[in-house]
Amino acid sequence: MWQQLRSELHPHNLEIVTVALDTGGVPAALPWIDAANPDHPSLIDEAHLVDELFGIVYVPSGVWIDEAGTIVRSPETAYPIRPSYLDREVPEGASTETADRIMEVNKLRVDADRYVSALHDWVAKGADSRFALAPEEVLRRSRPRLMEEATAIAHFELGQHLFRLGRSDDAVLHFKEALRLQPDNWTYKRQAWNLLDPGQRSVDVYGSDWMSDVKRIGAENYYPQLDM
Amino acid sequence: MIVETLQVDPVELERRTGWAIKPQGACKGERCVPLPGQPKDQVDIRMLAARLGMPLIQDAASGLWCLGPETGGRALATAQAPELILPDMYGNEFSLSSLRGSKVLLVAWASW
Repeated sequence: MWQQLRSELHPHNLEIVTVALDTGGVPAALPWIDAANPDHPSLIDEAHLVDELFGIVYVPSGVWIDEAGTIVRSPETAYPIRPSYLDREVPEGASTETADRIMEVNKLRVDADRYVSALHDWVAKGADSRFALAPEEVLRRSRPRLMEEATAIAHFELGQHLFRLGRSDDAVLHFKEALRLQPDNWTYKRQAWNLLDPGQRSVDVYGSDWMSDVKRIGAENYYPQLDM
Repeated sequence: MIVETLQVDPVELERRTGWAIKPQGACKGERCVPLPGQPKDQVDIRMLAARLGMPLIQDAASGLWCLGPETGGRALATAQAPELILPDMYGNEFSLSSLRGSKVLLVAWASW
């Protein structure tokens, strides 16, 4: 998905690094990476370290880092193009569940054109770009790291570790606690649901699922509005 | 950081959390927190957790502990990008800091 933009901007000294946040590791991410056939580094984060280090709670999220290694935009919604599934129409004869899902997805707020335009501006102008934020603003936009959130991170890490050991019942206890402590962390929720049901449909053990939780907040609020 | 005991190796602690054990205490960037009475070759993570506001939880069934990140600030404690070393699909490790001198767009995505 990012390869075309990378081809355009790499000659202007931008590198794109994609990171798959996937407890499933290479087997989970490989089909997607193979299909994208990227020239850029395409990494796999099976421990969800990036979530913790950068405060990422949904995907796709993008972070801009300048030549000196300074973050100039903290995590925010990052799409290189408007994904076609946002404009999908409900097919005739679709089940109620499918129709419901398509209509909710259609409400997601994605502004790929604005994001890519801002990225071009930064690549061209560097620190003079109005989209390159001062360090104080980068920190202000970063998520507060309260004890609830930090404890959720610890429970999620422990859950992943136990899951890999084959102790999925014990793992679920920690995933549930992580989800309770940080209910707006969609990467944790979706990863935890996915490990039990790849479709992220109703998972009794969590008492929640993607559709129910998205409807609760309103799909239009799933991605925060770009602050650019 | 998953651990089996409450005494941990400082090298492993730094690799996983970024907190280095120095004569003045536990340090990350310019911030140092004293850890009085600690031997150089081991760190008591109960003390570290208390000093830095880190959660320390235990899985009762396995006895494993997990030390979470420090609290009281922001997820990004500084605008300096944290070091990130991750493998690609072939298992080759890639370091984010190897791209110093280039602008970088780091994109987090997932298959799920």
